[in-house]
Amino acid sequence: MAETEASRSRDLDKLLLRRGNLVGPRFEPGTELRDDLQTYARVLVVGAGGLGCELLKDLALSGFRNLDVIDMDRIEVTNLNRQFLFRLEDVGKPKAEVAAKRVMERISGANIVPHFCRIEDKEIDFYNDFNIIALGLDSLEARSYINNVACSFLEYDSDDNPREETIKPMVDGGTEGFKGHARVILPGITPCFECTIWLFPPQVKFPLCTLAETPRTAAHCIEYAHLIKWNEVHGGTAFDPDNPKHMKWVYDEAVKRAELFGIPGVTYSLTQGVVKNIIPAIASTNAIISAACALETLKIATECSKTMSNYLTYNGSEGLHTKVAEFERDKDCLVCGPGVLIELDPSITLQKFMDLLEEHPKLRLSKASVTHQGKNLYMQAPPVLEEMTRPNLSLPVFDLMGKLSKDVVHVNGMTSKNDQKVSCLRKLRLVFKGVDGVTDMDTAGGA
Amino acid sequence: MAEPTVKYDRQLRIWGDQGQAALEKSSICLLNCGPTGSETLKNLVLGGVGSITVVDGSKVEVGDLGNNFMVDEASLGQSKAKCVCSFLQELNDAVKAKFVEEYPETLIETNPSFFSQFTLVVATQLVENSMIKLDRICREANVMLVFARSYGLTGFVRISLKEHTVIESKPDHFLDDLRLNNPWPELKRFAEDFDLNVQDPVAHKHIPYVVILVKMADEWAKSHGGRLPSTREEKKEFKELLKAGMVAPDEDNYKEAIDASFKVFAPKGISSDLQQILNDSSAEVDSSSSDFWVLVAALKEFIANEGGGEVPLEGSIPDMTSSTEQYVNLQNIYQAKAEADFLVMERLVRSTLKKIGSDPNRIPRATIKSFCKNARKLKVCRYRQIEDEFNSPNIPELQKFLTDEDYSLAVGIYILVRAVDRFVANYNSFPGQFDSAMDEDIPRLKSTAISLLNDLGCNGATLAEDLINEMCRFGAAELHAVAALVGGIASQEVIKLITRQFVPMSGTFIFNGIDHKSQLLSL
Ligand SMILES: [Zn+2]
Repeated sequence: MAETEASRSRDLDKLLLRRGNLVGPRFEPGTELRDDLQTYARVLVVGAGGLGCELLKDLALSGFRNLDVIDMDRIEVTNLNRQFLFRLEDVGKPKAEVAAKRVMERISGANIVPHFCRIEDKEIDFYNDFNIIALGLDSLEARSYINNVACSFLEYDSDDNPREETIKPMVDGGTEGFKGHARVILPGITPCFECTIWLFPPQVKFPLCTLAETPRTAAHCIEYAHLIKWNEVHGGTAFDPDNPKHMKWVYDEAVKRAELFGIPGVTYSLTQGVVKNIIPAIASTNAIISAACALETLKIATECSKTMSNYLTYNGSEGLHTKVAEFERDKDCLVCGPGVLIELDPSITLQKFMDLLEEHPKLRLSKASVTHQGKNLYMQAPPVLEEMTRPNLSLPVFDLMGKLSKDVVHVNGMTSKNDQKVSCLRKLRLVFKGVDGVTDMDTAGGA
Repeated sequence: MAEPTVKYDRQLRIWGDQGQAALEKSSICLLNCGPTGSETLKNLVLGGVGSITVVDGSKVEVGDLGNNFMVDEASLGQSKAKCVCSFLQELNDAVKAKFVEEYPETLIETNPSFFSQFTLVVATQLVENSMIKLDRICREANVMLVFARSYGLTGFVRISLKEHTVIESKPDHFLDDLRLNNPWPELKRFAEDFDLNVQDPVAHKHIPYVVILVKMADEWAKSHGGRLPSTREEKKEFKELLKAGMVAPDEDNYKEAIDASFKVFAPKGISSDLQQILNDSSAEVDSSSSDFWVLVAALKEFIANEGGGEVPLEGSIPDMTSSTEQYVNLQNIYQAKAEADFLVMERLVRSTLKKIGSDPNRIPRATIKSFCKNARKLKVCRYRQIEDEFNSPNIPELQKFLTDEDYSLAVGIYILVRAVDRFVANYNSFPGQFDSAMDEDIPRLKSTAISLLNDLGCNGATLAEDLINEMCRFGAAELHAVAALVGGIASQEVIKLITRQFVPMSGTFIFNGIDHKSQLLSL
C-alpha cells in the first residue's frame, strides 16, 4: 500500500520530499508533509462551474484529498463547452454533486463532499472548518460574501497585528473570454477583495430615457423590450431570463422596435447576451486560471515554493501577457482591517460616545449612526428609526452591546476630506476598561 | 446530441461561426499524452475541433495516475494513447478521436510524412533534438506546430511556423475610425446641415458629437491657414471653445465631444505598424502569393490613390448622445463611404489577381469586405526556425535578459531546460531524476548550463545557484497543475492559430511557476 501510494505521487514527491532553495520559510519536506496534506488539509471549492470543475481536478491531483464543493446551480447545455466533468445526460442535475462524483470516480482516494445550496445557506462556522477556500465564481456579490465571511474569522492582537491562526487564506480566480486573473488573499496580510474593489468597475447601465426616447443601438432596443415594454404588457408577471418564451417575446419586441427606428443588429443571440449579461467563456482560459489557483493553494498548504504576490493577470487576446501586481492592503478596510481601537469606560453613554467620535483625531466623525452586529444602536435617518433609537442615546454603550468586554461596531457619518464634507463608514474596535477579567471569570465559572 | 449552437454558445460569442467552422475542419495531432498533452487536447476537444490523433508509445504506470486525469486504475499497463483518447472522446462525440501507439521520436525518425496530414501538431515534452527535427518536417509540409513542455514548476510554450497572417485580430481597445481629422465631403456636407447655435435646447443637446467636432475643426482650420490644433496650447484652446459652445451644464454630447477631441488632433494617414506590412517584400505579389498578401498589395494601391493616404473606412460608429434619426443618418453616411471604399478595393483586388495571372475571383467578396473593415488591424507573425534560435539566438537580447532582474528567472529557466536536454544526452537521465544522484547532478547541471551559455556566445554569464538547485529538485517531474496551466496556454494559442482570429504570442513563453513572473523571450 505505502509503496503504491508513494509511486502514485511520483512527480509530486519531487516537490514535497526534497529540500528546496526557492521555498517558503516553513517548508519541511518529507513524507510527513505529503501525508499530512492528504490526511488533514481541507479545501473548500466555491463554485462548480468552469473554474470549479478544473479546481477540483487540479487540487485532487496536487496532493489534496479532502475537498468540499458548494454550488447552487444545475447543469445546462451551454456549460458543456468547458465544464469538462459534465455530459449531455447530466443536464438538469446539480453541478456540485455531479462534479464531486466524477472526480472521485477517476481519482481513488479523493474524498469530495458536494453541497447543493446557496453559499448564504451555510452557517458561518461551516466555512471556518477549511484550511483554504478556493473561489471559482463569476459574480461580484458571491465573492464579496465569501470574502466577508473569511475576513470575519480574522482577529488582531493589541498591536494591530493579525493573529496568524485566525487567517483564512483564499485563492480567487476569474475569467472573461481570453482574459483572467488569479489572486491570493491572506486576510490581514494581502489585500482582501474589498481593499481592491476598484478592480471591478460597476456595470454600465443605459439611461432609461435613452431606451424610451432615443434608441440608437440594437442593445437599446433589447433593453427597451426587456425593461420597459415587458412591464407595460405583462404587469404582474416577473420576467424570467431562463424561460425561453419570455426571451423570445423580448426578442420579437426588440426586432419590432429596431425596425421602427431603422436600427440594425438585433439577433436572438445578442438578446440573450444583453438580457442575461452573458460573459463569454472558453475551456482554455478557465484551465489556465484554475491551475494557477490550484498551484498557489498547494504552496499555501505546504510552502513548497515561493508564493505569488499577490495578483496575476492573464490576457491572451493580443499575443500573450501575464503580469503579477503586488497590490497593497487598504489599512482602513472595513472588512479586513483591524478598525480603529477605542477604549471606553463602561459607564459612557451612546451620546457621549458620539461626541467622542467628533473629537477623535483619527475620525472627526459627525452625525454618526451606530450599528452593532447588524443591530441599530442609533440612526440619524429616516425619522421613524431616529425616533425609535433616540432613547438609546442616554444608555451606556456597554449595556447596549450586551455587556461584551470588547467588540466591533460600525459607524456611518460625515467627515472632512480636502475641506469637503464626505460620508464615510468606519469600523471601530471598542474595548471596555476594567471588564476583561470579569468576563473571563464568568466564562470559567460557566465551564 | 446537443444543438451545437447552444453547446458552443459561450465560445461562439468570441470567435463566431467562422471561427467555429475553422475549428471543426481542423485535424490536430498530439505528441505524448502525459498531463501537459492531455490537458492541451482536453480544451480543444471541448471546443469542438474536427479530429484528434494521440501519439504516445508508453503504457500507463502507477505514477501516471497521480498526475493525469485522463487515465485511471483500469488503464494500468495499457496503451496511454488509447486510454487518453477514449476519455477525450467522452467529452465530445462530435470530435473524431484516434490514437497511434508509437513513440513520437520514432515517428519523427522513421515516418516524417505522417505529419503532413494534420492542420497542426502539438508536440509536448520533446527534448531539443526531436524538436529540431520535427520543426524541419512541419515547416516543409506547411503544418503548424506548437511546442509545450512542463518541467517541475516551470515550462514553456513556443509556436513554430513560417508565417501567420491575421485579418481579424480583434484587439481589445482600438480607436474607432471616425476620420474627424480628415473628413470626406459627404460627412462635411452632413455636418453643415446642423446649426450649433440652434435655439431649441433639446435639439442642441442631441447634436451628435461627431458633427460638433467636424464643424468646430472646420471653423478652426479656416482661421488657422487650414491647419488643425497641434500644439498643447492650441489643443487646450480648442477644448475651451467646445466648452464655450455648451448652453447647459448637462449636455452629454458636448462632454463627449471634449473627451473625443483628441481624435481631431490625431495625425492623418496610416500607422507605422501597417506601413511596415505594406513595405514587406511579400507585398510584391506573384502567382504564388497568398490571399492575404494579394489583399495587402491592393490595399497599398488604394492608400496611394483613391484612399488619399487613408485605408478603406471601417464604417461603424460608436454609440453617442443623439436623437435616433440623426444617429441612424450619421451611421448611413459612414456605411455609404465604407461601401464605396470596398467597391474600389474589390476592383483593385480583382485587377491585382489578373495581373499575377491568377483567377480574378479567387478571393471571395466576404473576405475582401472583412479585410477592408480590419485594414488598420492587420497582423503578420513570423517565427524563427527552432534550429536557428537554438544555434544562434539573438545574443544582444539574451545578454539583456541575463542582466535584467525582471527576466533573470525566466531566462534562467530557458537556459536550464535546454541544459537539461544536453544533460540527458550525456548522462542518460534527467538531472535529479533519481534521489541517489542529486549531489552529483547539481554541479553537473551547472557546468552543462555554463558550457551551453559559452557555446551560445555568452561567455562569463552566470545563472542563479538557487535556480539550478531547484531544476535538479524538479527532476523532470510533470506536475498536474503546471501541466494544466502550460497545456491551457498551448490550447489557447492553437485556437488562435486555427481560427485565424486574435493575435498568437510571439517568441517563447517561459512559465515561471515559482513566483509567476513568466515572460516572453524572443531570441
Ligand atoms: Zn480588505
